[in-house]
Amino acid sequence: MKLSRSDRIRRATSTVMTSLTALCTVAAIGVLAIILFYIARSGVRSLNLHFLIETPKPVGEGGGIGNAIVGSALLLALSCIIGIPVGISTGVYLSEVGRGWFASVVRFLVDTLTGIPSIVTGVFIYAVIVLRMKHFSAYAGGIALALIMIPIVARTTEEMIKLVPHSLREGALALGAPQWRVTLGVVLPAAAAGIATGVMLAIARVSGETAPLLFTAFGSRFFPDGLDRPIASLTVQIYNYAISPYDEWHAQAWAATLVLMTLILGINVTVRFFTRKKF
Amino acid sequence: MSTPTVKMTPKFDIRNNSVPKLRPAKISVRHLNFFYGRNQALHDISMELPERMVTAFIGPSGCGKTTFLRTLNRMNDVIPGTRVEGEVLIDGESTYAPGADVVELRRKVGMVFQKSNPFPKSIFDNVAYGLRINRLTSTRAELAERVEEALTNAALWSEVKDRLNSSALGLSGGQQQRLCIARALAIRPEVILMDEPASALDPIATSKIEELIFDLKKQYTIAIVTHNMQQAARVSDFTAFFLLGKLIEVNTTETMFTAPEQKLTEDYITGRFG
Amino acid sequence: MEVHRHLDEELDTLRDTVLRLGGEAETALRRAMHALVDRDVTVAREVLEHDDAVDALEVEVDRQCIDIFVLRQPAARDLRFVMSVAKTAPLLERIADHACNIARSAIDLAQEPELKNHIRIGEMGEIASSMLAAALDAFTKSDANAAREIIKRDAEINDLYNDVFSELIGMMVTAPATATRDARLLLVAKHLERIGDYVTDISELTVYMAEAAIIKHQRGSV
Repeated sequence: MKLSRSDRIRRATSTVMTSLTALCTVAAIGVLAIILFYIARSGVRSLNLHFLIETPKPVGEGGGIGNAIVGSALLLALSCIIGIPVGISTGVYLSEVGRGWFASVVRFLVDTLTGIPSIVTGVFIYAVIVLRMKHFSAYAGGIALALIMIPIVARTTEEMIKLVPHSLREGALALGAPQWRVTLGVVLPAAAAGIATGVMLAIARVSGETAPLLFTAFGSRFFPDGLDRPIASLTVQIYNYAISPYDEWHAQAWAATLVLMTLILGINVTVRFFTRKKF
Repeated sequence: MSTPTVKMTPKFDIRNNSVPKLRPAKISVRHLNFFYGRNQALHDISMELPERMVTAFIGPSGCGKTTFLRTLNRMNDVIPGTRVEGEVLIDGESTYAPGADVVELRRKVGMVFQKSNPFPKSIFDNVAYGLRINRLTSTRAELAERVEEALTNAALWSEVKDRLNSSALGLSGGQQQRLCIARALAIRPEVILMDEPASALDPIATSKIEELIFDLKKQYTIAIVTHNMQQAARVSDFTAFFLLGKLIEVNTTETMFTAPEQKLTEDYITGRFG
Repeated sequence: MEVHRHLDEELDTLRDTVLRLGGEAETALRRAMHALVDRDVTVAREVLEHDDAVDALEVEVDRQCIDIFVLRQPAARDLRFVMSVAKTAPLLERIADHACNIARSAIDLAQEPELKNHIRIGEMGEIASSMLAAALDAFTKSDANAAREIIKRDAEINDLYNDVFSELIGMMVTAPATATRDARLLLVAKHLERIGDYVTDISELTVYMAEAAIIKHQRGSV
């Protein structure tokens, strides 16, 4: 079959564009793969059970990130307890209930909050809570992280709820369901998978935050003994080890990074599993 | 012209020269005006829907027939900025009176939509939804019984009885629509409103729905909006023709399609509309 | 807001066909009466030969009506029109058949001794012809009032028929030699009376088409 000239040009262009996009994809994934691989390779050396359960020790004595893992978990839990309900409620309010100028104001504030640099949030909590309490605490850390979480969760919740087809709502209303029942029993379950994704995104974002924790939770070398005390976290610990002049601590920083990445990955997979579409 | 009484030409019968008797009105609409904000969508509509008969609403797109249908169970309330003047009476009680119970209204007046909208739940849970939220059953057994009854009345039971717990979204289009009908029937309404229930379905599924309507009208008063005039002719006892938000004519279906009184009606029915 | 529809073309074609059929029936009747009164056997034979064409037209109308019913699902005015045409065509065909019978009688009567002024059969023929022409006119114009007038004229033909009947019976009794001829003339009168009835039926269909009123079987209450 003889191809005309324009046909050949078209085919050639198509091949070029396809190759370019493939190249970009490879580049993007490749970079990610390189990062993961590098972290794994660097971190796996120092990874052992002791590392995972011991507290930090002076240079040369080994030590581990046990308290940092617990601390991060506690901070994450705190921020989720505060952030997720508030975030989802705000999202539900904005999409289902809010009308008029008040809703516009709320939406505007939420949008602005998403853009605030996390260090600013940290400083804010420092001024408002830490100074009042006169010491660093896990509470302050949890609240700071929650403040970062809320706008993300609220926005994605609102978008996911908006995606629920109006026909579903009407179907429930036509059966005599009051509005709140429709929202809770039909709309939210239908949007659940999307909302969970939003929550997961927020958790992932928040797990990696370091700057706000510097001013609020501060860090510690011991296992937590109360939520009103300073508390260690993986991110801060990584930061401290990484800027130190000791090679041993650098190695520990890599290992801690590997642990952090694994934990985030674990959260992702678990949440995806539990919100998989059954219907 | 909006006439509350239905006029019929005498049907010639050599043995018995009589005119069919009208059943009493289940729903009476008096001077209904409806506004979307500043826009008036319905102008001074008055008509009656006789009980346990099928009334079809026909008219070109945008004529207000769906808006009118939705005023009967106050579904337009969910749209912000809408306003109603006039009365809608069901069994003599005004549904737009201040303090009227909308939830109770919607229990009495069920609705089936143009595009089937089953919930992303199991088949059983879909049909049971109305029963659960209105707390119409007290035991699990009673619930199962009512679900079976509704599915049987919607001519769907035999097709789904072995997979009640599977997802409703796995059914075909026609089955989903019958599921939505079952869901509406489960709470034992008195009136069923249908908004183009078969417009998204193939001819076989459509004829199943039409047969179903024939059965249902023994028990329920039915109002159906349809774009398809042959469907209105096949299925309804009375037909109302709407144009630009006004009720032009309402009559028995035979009269509407053989000898309509208004020229506008005749022009629409014979396809002379632009 | 009038939209040109394919159906309009088909309805026009149908109207043309049925009017052609009507024209054939008119012509057959007129020529058969001419053959009878002027004892013109040639014209009578032509009427008989032409009947096949008339039958073919009736079949054509049938076919067109079925097509419109099944393919277009006409409603209201259009439905009544097609329905009326479907019922008028066989009536016209039968009128043409009766005209053929009159033509056959004309051939036979030409052998018989002439009857002066044919009693009043010629008059009956005139009335029948003019009624048919008027009925076809009213049908074309959907004129229900004109149709009602035609229905009233049926009484004239019936009265005439009764007179002719009595006269011919009388003649058959008093002059048995020419009884065959008189009997044939009686049959012709009967055919013309039947034609009058068919024209009445056509007019009743015209009233239905125009006004959706079914007035048949209601002689006397038009």
